[in-house]
Amino acid sequence: MGPQELTPHLFRTEYSKIVAVLCRTFHFRHIEIAADIASETFLKASEYWAQKGVPENPAAWLYTVARNKAKDYLKHTAIFETEIRKGLMHDESWTELDFDFNHQTISDSQLAMIFAACNPVNSSEAQLCLTLQILCGFSLVEISNALLAKQETIKKRLQRARENLRNENFQIKSLSEDEIKTRFEVVLRALYLLFNEGYFSKSNSLLIRKDLCLEAIRLALVLTGNELTDTPEANALLALMCFQSSRLEARTDESGAAVLFDEQDRSLWDQALIQKGNHYLIQASKGTELSKYHLEAAIAYWHTTTADPKKWQHILNLYNELIVVEYSPVTALNRVFAYAKVYGNDNGIREAEKLNLKESGYFHGLLGYLYTGLDSNKALEHYRKAILLTKSEAERKVLEKQVFRLIPIPEKDSRHDGDSFTL
Amino acid sequence: MKEFLLVFKADYNAMPKTPEEMQANTQNWMNWIGGIAAQNKLSDRGNRLDRAGTVVKKGDGIISDGPYTEIKESIMGYTLIKSDSLDEATEIAKGCPIFNFGGEVEVREINVM
Repeated sequence: MGPQELTPHLFRTEYSKIVAVLCRTFHFRHIEIAADIASETFLKASEYWAQKGVPENPAAWLYTVARNKAKDYLKHTAIFETEIRKGLMHDESWTELDFDFNHQTISDSQLAMIFAACNPVNSSEAQLCLTLQILCGFSLVEISNALLAKQETIKKRLQRARENLRNENFQIKSLSEDEIKTRFEVVLRALYLLFNEGYFSKSNSLLIRKDLCLEAIRLALVLTGNELTDTPEANALLALMCFQSSRLEARTDESGAAVLFDEQDRSLWDQALIQKGNHYLIQASKGTELSKYHLEAAIAYWHTTTADPKKWQHILNLYNELIVVEYSPVTALNRVFAYAKVYGNDNGIREAEKLNLKESGYFHGLLGYLYTGLDSNKALEHYRKAILLTKSEAERKVLEKQVFRLIPIPEKDSRHDGDSFTL
Repeated sequence: MKEFLLVFKADYNAMPKTPEEMQANTQNWMNWIGGIAAQNKLSDRGNRLDRAGTVVKKGDGIISDGPYTEIKESIMGYTLIKSDSLDEATEIAKGCPIFNFGGEVEVREINVM
């Protein structure tokens, strides 16, 4: 493997670690300085490795260079004199400062960085951008591709977000238990959004989607890997991510088009990830807490099973709970889907019609699905509305396929044995 | 959006007794409450009320313990919903599973103090 292929992969995994450790160790107020040092380190690596070959332990090489660059930087700035030395008074010789990129330091630093990036002074969109940049090492182009937003928009959002952090007297430091408790919900939500951004991404690229999902899992693992944040909620979120990711390969075909749940090739489901999901779901069940992540993880769990005749009853009850905990149109529609699975499509239609979601493409897609086999004209009508309303190319293709199926002679058994609506 | 209190009243003795009936009843309640939440009209799921209770009256303060077993319509629980009008709230109340057991629902608009 040449440096050209090696570096991007390393960049992803190591960049954020270097930034996090630098920020924490040197109390950098300005993430940019740490980010600059990390970038320079990679620049040096790409030049040096191209000539001399990749060192045996690339990560260790990067850490050494980053550490030296950081020290150089500190020597040449007043920050060292005025701020750092105060913090290092106990340490006579600062050059021997314990500044290791060991596993514990990296883990602690990344945890602190996650909490910093998810500061509630910023909107959840801004938190997402910051997380992608600082913690996942995404470039501006990659962020804008992943979120399907203009680069200029992302750039401005990031600038504002950093300004807000600075005004908040931003510091990467060890977190107190109180701080962790009060901000934990925001952090979990940010990682949940990051994951969903990947899982339900508007982007057609499987690569981008996988990347986002895996980054979310990696960061969730930082949470469960640290005693203070290894809570049932964090484990539930991680379980949810594992169950959902197990279907990443099966959810799209070679052309990148979405494959509906009931048409997925189940042999493509990643059993190892399902096992991991089971493991974290058990971890999440310690204690009495029942968060929305627990409910969503349990729903995702039932989707990985096939045999239980009560499966849809369980799923419906979980959706009944989830919608009470937190309303969202998607949950409301998925609940109707489960309801129809238990009580039949006609009852499902009645339940759907109570919802005030007539402007949603998903709503009409669901009704199209439920009317299929009961009333083909109504089914077509709703599918066509859904096509008009959807903004996603992939979704439109799936809907058109359904319409195509309805136009010729009705199917032999028109009651689909679908397994889920949006999953 | 206004807020409405739904008060569920029924005869405790008419409530389901077999495990199957009880399970079916629970399912109906979950579906009904879930259905209200799915319309984003649930304000507070509320609570069931325990059978034991007292009624305090003027004077010596006659406290009666659990008179409700004798009364046909005990208050069994409550839920808070959001709705634009009393008519709509009433419509929502019509789906309540309490009617399966001869109960009734009182719908009252909340007058915020």
